[in-house]
Amino acid sequence: MLPGDHRPMLQRSFVFMLLTGFALVTAAPLLIAAAPYESTMGLIQKIFYFHVPSWMAMFTAITVCGVSSVRYLVTRSRSADRLAVSAAELTIVFGLIGLLTGPLWGRKAWGHYWQWDAKLTTALVLWLIFVSYNLLRRFGGLGSERLAAGVALFGMANVPFVYWSAHIWRTVHPKTSVVMTLGPGMRPAFYWSAFGFLLIFGALLAARTRLEALRASIDEAYLSAEDI
Amino acid sequence: MQAPSPGTAPVAPPPASTAPPAQDEFVPISELPADEKLPAAPLLIAAYAVVWIVLAVYVWTLWKRFLRAEQDLKQLAGRLPPAR
Repeated sequence: MLPGDHRPMLQRSFVFMLLTGFALVTAAPLLIAAAPYESTMGLIQKIFYFHVPSWMAMFTAITVCGVSSVRYLVTRSRSADRLAVSAAELTIVFGLIGLLTGPLWGRKAWGHYWQWDAKLTTALVLWLIFVSYNLLRRFGGLGSERLAAGVALFGMANVPFVYWSAHIWRTVHPKTSVVMTLGPGMRPAFYWSAFGFLLIFGALLAARTRLEALRASIDEAYLSAEDI
Repeated sequence: MQAPSPGTAPVAPPPASTAPPAQDEFVPISELPADEKLPAAPLLIAAYAVVWIVLAVYVWTLWKRFLRAEQDLKQLAGRLPPAR
């Protein structure tokens, strides 16, 4: 059987999920505009509605990558490895959104785009760990899967430090508890946006994993065609 | 006031400072001068544009990689013997 026989069904579901996710993110500004202004920051606080969801999607991607890497190290499952490499790529995408939108808020709130404080620095280091994971997978050659899985575990172990850094150390970054203390008028916009981001993440992960599986099948089919 | 002694150059008075006096008390944002206010709307719009641009570029690269894989698939189909 040639690889990609189930592609049409997957492409349909991918396109459907992606459109739904984009529709949510497109509709989010309406809810965000309707949400009340935060009393001290005013309009600039509304960056929060897509800055925080992008980190939620990134942490989800890291968890998927880390758990899949453990599964790969234990069972040598190729599908787990494909899921890990796909999630690692999405970690970079959603991390980039977080790292770019945060400084835009900081410019107004702090007067500076960037501060080398614990929260921002640990977040940047975490993102760079997954950049290194992807570089390792791309240029590491044969056998880099196991080493990359170790890097993914190291990255996943860093997540609690990034999450709790604003509580442990003195930083200029707001604490993570701000999400739980949102006013009732702000919650619909935030949860809608978070759901949209997670849906886009799910759609992109499904498509990226399928692409990885398709490539693996093509490589195997090429090898078997050479044997004929 | 003591008169300058003969043979010494007169000392020039210090230039008057044009900078506003230092502010050491709370000033509400609404009372700041216009050139000290940083507009929030361009930053907010830029942040939203970042979300769209990053996602759109990633989807585009993903689509290109799918197309390349499909091309490989077609080439592969040409190399395989026809099914009986």
